[in-house]
Amino acid sequence: MNNVPIMAGLILTGILFMIGVTGLLIRRNLVFILMSIEIMLNAAGMAFIVAASKWMQPDGQVMFIFILAMAAAEVAVGLALILQIFHKFKTLDADKLNNMKG
Amino acid sequence: MLSLLWIIIALPLLGFLLLAVSGKKLSRAVVGTVGVGTIGLSAILTIIIGISFISGLSHTKVYVQTLWQWFYVEGFSPSIAFHLDSLSMTFIFVITFVGFLIHLYSAEFMIDDEGYSRFFAYMNLFIASMLILVLADNLLLLYLGWEGVGLCSYLLIGFWYKDPANGTAARKAFIVTRIGDTAMAIGLFYLVMKFNTLNISTILLSAQHLWPVGSTMAFTASILLLGGALGKSAQLPLQTWLPDAMAGPSPVSALIHAATMVTAGVYLIARTNVLFILSPPVQTIVAVIGTLTLLLAGFSALTQYDIKRVLAYSTISQIGYMFLALGVGAWSAAVFHFMIHAFFKALLFLGAGAVIISLHHEHNMFKMGGLRKEMPVTFYTFLIGSASLAALPLVTAGFYSKDEIIWYSWSSAGGNPWLWIGAIMGAFITAIYTFRMVFITFYGEVKMKPEKKLSNLILIPLIVLAVLSIISGFIQTPSTLGGVSIFSSFLTSTLPEVIENHFSEGLEILFQVITAVLAISGIFIAYLFYVKRRPSERSHSAAVNFLLSGWAFDKIYDIIFVKPVVWMAEIDRHDFIDYFYTFIAWLTGLGHVVLKQTQTGKLRWYAMGLVIGAILTISIVLLS
Repeated sequence: MNNVPIMAGLILTGILFMIGVTGLLIRRNLVFILMSIEIMLNAAGMAFIVAASKWMQPDGQVMFIFILAMAAAEVAVGLALILQIFHKFKTLDADKLNNMKG
Repeated sequence: MLSLLWIIIALPLLGFLLLAVSGKKLSRAVVGTVGVGTIGLSAILTIIIGISFISGLSHTKVYVQTLWQWFYVEGFSPSIAFHLDSLSMTFIFVITFVGFLIHLYSAEFMIDDEGYSRFFAYMNLFIASMLILVLADNLLLLYLGWEGVGLCSYLLIGFWYKDPANGTAARKAFIVTRIGDTAMAIGLFYLVMKFNTLNISTILLSAQHLWPVGSTMAFTASILLLGGALGKSAQLPLQTWLPDAMAGPSPVSALIHAATMVTAGVYLIARTNVLFILSPPVQTIVAVIGTLTLLLAGFSALTQYDIKRVLAYSTISQIGYMFLALGVGAWSAAVFHFMIHAFFKALLFLGAGAVIISLHHEHNMFKMGGLRKEMPVTFYTFLIGSASLAALPLVTAGFYSKDEIIWYSWSSAGGNPWLWIGAIMGAFITAIYTFRMVFITFYGEVKMKPEKKLSNLILIPLIVLAVLSIISGFIQTPSTLGGVSIFSSFLTSTLPEVIENHFSEGLEILFQVITAVLAISGIFIAYLFYVKRRPSERSHSAAVNFLLSGWAFDKIYDIIFVKPVVWMAEIDRHDFIDYFYTFIAWLTGLGHVVLKQTQTGKLRWYAMGLVIGAILTISIVLLS
């Protein structure tokens, strides 16, 4: 386990985070946007794990449990909102849901 | 008994408060009773106080009742105090008595009006203000009454406020008199600066001791007070408001614009006579203004076709006579003419009101005619009032009062032949325009049938005033005709006696004959033109229209004062200081428009903003 260099772990999390951000920016479907946000959250969580294994501390894994719980709650709320939006507007295209403009 | 003086003022004030607070809930009968009753009680009380004042005149010439101290600032402490002497006694008698008759008349005249209680509330407030004005012991309290009558005048001219023209007339009256009031206020400040008090008797006493005759200080003080008097009494050059003030109901015209308020200027000058005696140039100005006004207004009255405007111009003209009398130092003659004028002018306005209401609010005399047979009581009382106004010799009160002024305009110390010529010309014109009005309205064929039967409440005041318009003249007759001087000797305790320079009995008789002949020939000329050769319509020639508009004063003032102010206001709209602030507002607006573009409502757009922001922040942290 200890022979994975820390740099590789961090680069992986960086790549994951960038994939998430890119998904967030280019996807128009709200469900995919939500999934992209999940990827970004998990990338952040993985960064905690990598850091924890580097310094041999359990705190990072504790943080990851927190992030998981938070992500689960966020997905529940997010999906509920998406369902409501779909009921109301019959679409999930984020670009079409632009009523709140100045 | 004299200690009841304050109640004379308190009663109308109480009536006003009652009607103003709960007038709408009361029935018309109660409103009428309160409105008329308070003035009636005041009038009775005035007569009681008058009797006890006259009987005690030998030992108390002046009675001062101090109620309380108004305020105290740096040694200046005007009090709420009333000053009763023979001058104010005359005025309160006329105000309450004529006021009561007019109120009685209005109780019937205004009965169908929806603003019945409002009308009586204003009228009561007016009487209270006018009483404060004439009874005030200091100039500040006088000024309170002065502004009070100005306010009531404004409210009553615009009484029928639904017609915008009436509102305009009300504002005009208010603004034009305000010009005079401003001068008067400055005069009051000047007097406070000089004497540190506004108590009238103190000021007059110290002015007499401290200021020499012809001093600049007396000149300044008296000319500023004169400014106020000119505005309130509608004299040249501030006379333009009075003809328009006829927009109010007829009783208002009778009470305010004939009998009482417009004579406030006469009262002010008579009250502060010492200041005017100390500055002979100002007295000359008063006399000249009076003469010019009486001629100008007389000529304008010749051409009017609205019956109330004839009376309005004749009021201006008659007050011109009073000013002439004040100017030549015939103080009691001015006050005497004020009293007689109050009787016959109130009578004429009430008579005109009776005609107008019988003919469905028709004001145009040329649409009337032949009313002599239709409305006999109105006709005969109106005829008596007109005869008094035209100074029909020997039998009318107007003759005695006007003749006295005409005589003093020649014979007194301040008199001169020019003033006399103006005065007799005025008398001649007065006779013509008065009887022109009578002949057009009451003679000829009937053009409109009066429909309404006039009740006793309207006719009784007419009859009482008609009697007064005849008999009240006999209390003051010239030396050639009995020489009764009840009135002038009553006033000598307050006003200085007239100084006569060119006295000669023969000349006086000659002048009286001239005046009498002019009055009678004036009536005859009116008879020739308006009964013999009766015109069916008014003339429209340029000269007539010029006089009809009151010597085009309105147009001149419009060009000199109103247009430039409007022009300046137009320019001021493009004020360059404003541009600076408009620019700031415009800049903010521009920022709003630009930033509004970023609020697209697109989620991904906002996310992009977040990402770019995060990248920028991280770059700054890493690179610095």
